[in-house]
Amino acid sequence: MTDTPLRFHVPQPASRPGEQPDFSHVVIPKAGSVERPPVDVDPKDIRDLAYSIIRVLDREGQAVGPWVPDLSPDDLIRGLRHMMTLRSFDARMQMAQRQGKTSFYMQHTGEEAVSCAFRIALSDGDMNFPTYRQAGLLIAHEYPLVDMMCQIYSNGRDPLKGRQLPVMYSSKESGFFSISGNLTTQFVQAVGWAMASAIKGDTKIAAAWVGDGSTAESDFHAALVFASTYKAPVVLNVVNNQWAISTFQGIARGGSGTFAARGLGFGIPALRVDGNDYLAVYAAAQWAIERARRNLGPTLVEYVTYRAGAHSTSDDPSAYRPKQESDGWPLGDPLLRLKEHLIAIGAWSEERHTQTQAEILETVIAAQKEAESFGTLHSGGKPSARDMFEGVYAELPPHLRRQRQQLGV
Amino acid sequence: MPRMTMIESIRSAMDVSMGRDENVVVYGEDVGFFGGVFRCTHGLQQKYGVNRCFDAPISEAGIVGTAIGMAAYGLRPCIEIQFADYMYPAYDQIVSEAARLRYRSNGDFTCPIVIRMPTGGGIFGGQTHSQSPEALFTHVAGLKTVVPSNPYDAKGLLIAAIEDPDPVIFLEPKRLYNGPFDGHHDRPVTPWSKHELGEVPEGHFALPLGKAAIRREGSAVTIITYGTMVHVAEAVAQETGIDAEVIDLRTLVPLDLDTITASVAKTGRCMVLHEATLTSGFGAELAALVQENCFYHLEAPVRRVAGWDTPYPHAQEWAYFPGPARVGQALREIMESR
Repeated sequence: MTDTPLRFHVPQPASRPGEQPDFSHVVIPKAGSVERPPVDVDPKDIRDLAYSIIRVLDREGQAVGPWVPDLSPDDLIRGLRHMMTLRSFDARMQMAQRQGKTSFYMQHTGEEAVSCAFRIALSDGDMNFPTYRQAGLLIAHEYPLVDMMCQIYSNGRDPLKGRQLPVMYSSKESGFFSISGNLTTQFVQAVGWAMASAIKGDTKIAAAWVGDGSTAESDFHAALVFASTYKAPVVLNVVNNQWAISTFQGIARGGSGTFAARGLGFGIPALRVDGNDYLAVYAAAQWAIERARRNLGPTLVEYVTYRAGAHSTSDDPSAYRPKQESDGWPLGDPLLRLKEHLIAIGAWSEERHTQTQAEILETVIAAQKEAESFGTLHSGGKPSARDMFEGVYAELPPHLRRQRQQLGV
Repeated sequence: MPRMTMIESIRSAMDVSMGRDENVVVYGEDVGFFGGVFRCTHGLQQKYGVNRCFDAPISEAGIVGTAIGMAAYGLRPCIEIQFADYMYPAYDQIVSEAARLRYRSNGDFTCPIVIRMPTGGGIFGGQTHSQSPEALFTHVAGLKTVVPSNPYDAKGLLIAAIEDPDPVIFLEPKRLYNGPFDGHHDRPVTPWSKHELGEVPEGHFALPLGKAAIRREGSAVTIITYGTMVHVAEAVAQETGIDAEVIDLRTLVPLDLDTITASVAKTGRCMVLHEATLTSGFGAELAALVQENCFYHLEAPVRRVAGWDTPYPHAQEWAYFPGPARVGQALREIMESR
């Protein structure tokens, strides 16, 4: 027995407001340097992939290495347009919130590649169980911007009749499960959906989504247990954007090294991917999706990215991290990187980019005008108070009928 | 007509439902090969295969969470939480997810699941095998809560619950699994084979959710109750000679308010009786509704009889349980009240 006093350990981020950003702890391997194993590899043979980062685009904008996906220049231009649309959409909706047209908004700045590229790797009929920062899944599936905006405005055309906080979209048709707002609950639901698809002998797969901070929820553990036990056809996505509101990822990660490594104890193969590299995200997604479709079971994928903006319109990151931290992020900006790649392969130019940007802005503004013609949160058309009582159950029960009568609607 | 215990009738309900609809799947802890710790799913895996009846990891949140995903896909999971006392890890999934999915997605996704849970005491189960948490569900918009009191109802209500388009909490009073229990714990156990509601049709039948049953007609006082306490109330009416009308709610949400108000309007007196703890129990809701709807018919204050506001004890089980002595005493006081 020693007299050493016990020490309590609280992890701290590398830098705080007023300090220089420091990402020296994020070890970035060279693009193209990580092997691409066959999808039927034994998970225990690729444990190192949970500690590396799969990257395709190098510093010169070239796609290199074994993970270069089979995407044509047209596919990539389409991907760039999706990401630009999402960024433009974010800017307009952020502004609309500041103008009092809605209560709340959440941007994707810096994380556009993750959801936009993943969606392209899925097939129709597959189901995502997203969090609030995967609107790229809708945009890359050509879901109408007007419908998204009507949801954000809770107006008379809101597909969810004003019942949900802005950005908590739902579209079964687009393979986008209703967003809860509670964290990680949907992660295990995705596993259940995938189990059902397997029980029925279907061919569809599910994709689960969670952020770095929410992996600490016990539902995350439950999801990994069920996915592992029943070999569910599901891709388990962890978007590590470094920050859970004001809490740096080290608080949820603890001593495990990476979030991807969480899968290893469950025998679930884990990939760690450059989340700001559209091609790498697509390639990793495709690998994991193929495993699911071939009855090889779940894959855990960690996307290493950075939340360049605030958590939401209610958040001010300058209170907890250096203002210029985003500039120091070593994996760059996903839009710029894909743009540079397209220019490097001769499929794109600054002129076309500027022109496309203007076109997209015009499209988004037109959608916004149309959405606002149906009302915003505080003016114009809105769902009726009567709607509030509908849909709690398939049929209106007597007590809700009485309450609706009391309100006089 | 065949006679069944409540275990057999619950099993029969799942069997019939699985036979009629291949989207019905059954799982939970020890539910598959073994057939459940109370044997309710015995033989279902052998009959329908491991794809439709299987063992789950010990993770209530995982069991309910996966069931919600399965329901969103299009299945109709009927899952078991081994004891209602174990449901708390799943509470977030039940309250924030299952209950609200139809509402928040405007019907884009729905959640037709049944969560079966053995509930209540009377078996010396102590605090972790005896709780009656129904009020934690009746307080949640979007859930239906069912508590059967006999084999016939259990089968008809469970089939209705499985066929219902919304999530249903199905609480099975475990003390009633093998026979009606009137609270006289010192007397020999009566089997369901000697009770008329132990007669259960073999095939398909459904009882509507939201319809109460009058177990004993009476004119002096109304006892509103459900589950195990139905049998206690009937016995007390018999033993005291007080002409009580005993209402078995069967479903707490949706509630059959019409049957309640018609009875209290007739009798002018009312006892609300449940095994769950008193404070903020479902009895508080019932008492408030009787007061709001029957005030001018009441000749005495509405009286609640319930479990004490303590954790469910082990050695003191019969001091805790609102048995015939306490119910009888309260009933006499209601009748004496002017």
